[in-house]
Amino acid sequence: MMPNMNGPKTNGEILRCENLTLGYDRHPAIHHLDYGIRRGALVAVAGPNGAGKSTLLKGIMGTIAPLGGTIHLTGISRQDIAYLPQRSEFDSRFPISVFDMIAMGMWKKVGATGGLGTFGNHLVKEAIHAVKMRGFERRPIGTLSGGQMQRALFARLYLQNAPLILLDEPFNAIDSATVRDLMDLIRCWHEDGKTILAVLHDQEQIRATFPETLLLARERIASGPTSAVLTPENLRLAQSIAEAFDAAAPYCTKG
Amino acid sequence: MDDFLISPFVEFAFMRRALVGCLALSLGATPMGVFLTLRRMSLTGDAMSHAILPGAALGYLTAGLSLEAMTIGGVLAGFTVAMLSGLVARTTVAQEDSSLAAFYLISLAGGVLLISMRGSNVDLLHILFGTVLALNDAALYLIATISSVTLIGLAILYRPLVMECLDPGFLRSVSSLSPVAHYGFLALVVLNLVGGFHALGTLMAVGIMILPAAAARFWSRDVMGLLAVSTLGALLSSYGGLLLSYHASLPSGPAIILTAGTFYIVSLALGTDGVLRTRIRSQRHFQA
Repeated sequence: MMPNMNGPKTNGEILRCENLTLGYDRHPAIHHLDYGIRRGALVAVAGPNGAGKSTLLKGIMGTIAPLGGTIHLTGISRQDIAYLPQRSEFDSRFPISVFDMIAMGMWKKVGATGGLGTFGNHLVKEAIHAVKMRGFERRPIGTLSGGQMQRALFARLYLQNAPLILLDEPFNAIDSATVRDLMDLIRCWHEDGKTILAVLHDQEQIRATFPETLLLARERIASGPTSAVLTPENLRLAQSIAEAFDAAAPYCTKG
Repeated sequence: MDDFLISPFVEFAFMRRALVGCLALSLGATPMGVFLTLRRMSLTGDAMSHAILPGAALGYLTAGLSLEAMTIGGVLAGFTVAMLSGLVARTTVAQEDSSLAAFYLISLAGGVLLISMRGSNVDLLHILFGTVLALNDAALYLIATISSVTLIGLAILYRPLVMECLDPGFLRSVSSLSPVAHYGFLALVVLNLVGGFHALGTLMAVGIMILPAAAARFWSRDVMGLLAVSTLGALLSSYGGLLLSYHASLPSGPAIILTAGTFYIVSLALGTDGVLRTRIRSQRHFQA
């Protein structure tokens, strides 16, 4: 279903899921989710493996269509969302320099045929500086380490300058110095008023930086202030909810 | 020396026409080959060239050895296979390689059936191996037009195409040009193969597309460098291949492609990222 710009009353919400069911082969990974995100919120999405966290982000991006329910975007379109997937089809053997790859983030401004110009060049350099990748500009992307690549992808996000940013496990297998630098960047984006939704596993990272959390286990277990959501009871509940795939599951009869 | 390198083209109009045709073909087809290799679709060129066959055969059956009929038939057959396989790959569980294989095999079998029903073996050889030494004005105009369209199209599609190769998910998230880049690119590939089959035949046309591009990878590490090296290689192979065919009385199509093949082997051995240099490169490493 397409995002509906004239959805129901949204109370400053940039995004609202209504009775949203997402899944694969008609088996739900997200089941009847009602959830809204305020404009400017910094939200962590937590939950065990198979809880539907990545699926939720894919649903918001429109790469998978809802099995039921709707996702309303208010004041933005799908192409205003910057998305860092967990597993992308990124071809790191492609012969391109770090600078050129990061400059892809300028697409909104330059399109298919426009030039970067002096100002655009300056912006790209600023983004490279922001992720502490100066000196890597001319390196082929194939020579970057995992952490350096993640920094470069964050620089591209930086240039996209999107009002809504979706991050899917951005700190997997990333060392603590890199996590610290990129977390700082996330805080900056938050202070700039951007809305950020990040799937994270590390509870300390969540508690340290994210004021709000959505705890998922196919259904919403809890949402709100992080300290109220990440309680031992909630976490146990999330863990206990069956993540098993039941090939013979009956049809869902819930509204 | 001039006698050897230049006089064949000065003395014989058919050699001049062949040279012009092959140079024009090199300019358009080689960049297509570079992007095919970058997308790991090197064999797609081969598949598409087979897909074109039934269209060309239908054109031949309805209008004889008519440039227009065979071109239109070839382009239509190529576009149909490209669209169908792309559609299946983008909307079903099937991957692009299996759907392309399925549709081109169907297409190829249809082509062979059509030719064997009516044509002679000579006609089949004509379509498979081309007639580079008998290019008429219309064929030259066609090849030159296709090259021009290709270069203009590539200039417009260049950035989306690079992004589609590097990070298709990202391109889809910021723009709706992803299918335009994909199908536009395949359409240009089909056009170049059709232009190529008049000169070199359906089998050999793929050679001038892929061999210089594959060779360029041993010389350059960025896309612009790949385009430059491969185009240069294709131009030289065209010229060298025609000379070879003239002086050694060899069929020109295979002579050109074998020259391109030699360029590939030499690059593989001697290129900056080729076998020898990477072996004998200093064992000492840098401080940082």
